[in-house]
Amino acid sequence: MLKNLVIILMASVLVNNYVLSRFLGVCPFLGVSKKLDQAAGMGAAVIFVMLVATAATWPIYTYLLSPKYEYLQTIVFILVIAALVQFVEIVLKKYIPALHKSLGIYLPLITTNCAVLGVTLNNITDGYGFLESMVSSLGAGLGFLLAMVLFAGVRGKMEGAEIPKAFKGIPITLIAASIVSMSFYGFASVIENMFA
Amino acid sequence: MKNNLRVLLNGFVKENPVFVLLLGTCPTLATTTSVVSALAMGLAAAAVLICSNAAISLLRKIIPDKVRIPAYIVIIAGFVTVVQMLMEAYLPSLYEMLGVYLALIVVNCIVLGRAEMFASKNTVGASILDGAGMGLGFTLALLCMAIVREVFGAGSFAGMEIPFISDYTVPILVSPPGGFFVFGVLIALVSALGKKPVKEEFGCEGCPNASLCKGECGKEKA
Repeated sequence: MLKNLVIILMASVLVNNYVLSRFLGVCPFLGVSKKLDQAAGMGAAVIFVMLVATAATWPIYTYLLSPKYEYLQTIVFILVIAALVQFVEIVLKKYIPALHKSLGIYLPLITTNCAVLGVTLNNITDGYGFLESMVSSLGAGLGFLLAMVLFAGVRGKMEGAEIPKAFKGIPITLIAASIVSMSFYGFASVIENMFA
Repeated sequence: MKNNLRVLLNGFVKENPVFVLLLGTCPTLATTTSVVSALAMGLAAAAVLICSNAAISLLRKIIPDKVRIPAYIVIIAGFVTVVQMLMEAYLPSLYEMLGVYLALIVVNCIVLGRAEMFASKNTVGASILDGAGMGLGFTLALLCMAIVREVFGAGSFAGMEIPFISDYTVPILVSPPGGFFVFGVLIALVSALGKKPVKEEFGCEGCPNASLCKGECGKEKA
């Protein structure tokens, strides 16, 4: 049981990294990764929202939608996530203003982040139980944070580099992302052999 | 008439959603490993875009300004569900191939972005044309990516093996790192060929969240 959970966690952090191998949440990955502190803030907010969203959508799907109204999955999930993000923002603003200050501006951005909707949908498709779903969401969030922080470091190094004119800006960022993604590519066989 | 044509063609080249506006990067990278899946993804997104643009344009005077984003999301999610059900029934193999990315059309920035920037301000006819132009521009961009990746990465075109090239494939192109790489090179190519340089940053312009964060994410960046 525990072994299973560890495998799910490691697999979603390293092997099936949401940004670098499943391509979910690429927009914030490229957009908000210019500075390290922003990247970390965004990553933390994503972990938080993913956990809350999974905690809400898994029971809704299992006890309300399944098996009769499965086709409503997409609509219900996106609405629940959007409502939750709004709700969390209001609560944070009222009760924990310090946290709201550091995470607040990232929260609205996360509503339409495909990684959050993606992880909740994937948990259902993969047939995970509640605990497994939470662990896989935590892994997805941690993987997102890891990718963001690593990539912010890489972008920092690029600032002084001389780049061909056509590649300036977005193209060179994507090429750098390609190299970061390649480094994660090597983890594929690590998980299979971890407990062998 | 001339104006209508311009709205339609706008999405193809001048404001190509992928290569110029830099929207919808996730499906562009994820579904372009083969020409067939790229075409299916592009057309599915185009269908949703046309329908949602039409519906939102029809309802633009009824939807209150304050709740317009949630309202748009519900309309878009409804059409996505319709497309999902149709594909599951009639094209099950493609449905399997696209997997979660089909459902993720809901949060595709192109669809929400066009609803916010075009359909909420224009007539139904113009909105449908805009949806068609943007949708086909998206499909075109996906096809460009997929052709490069499948032909040189797997040595085939739409599943058919190409002689000679298939002996010298570059398998990394069909893997995730290759996706980022091809996308970067194609944008560089567009900016080298085009008169106007491609924008340097993922800015607030074209971001459907801009109205929510009121440019604060950009401010933080500066």
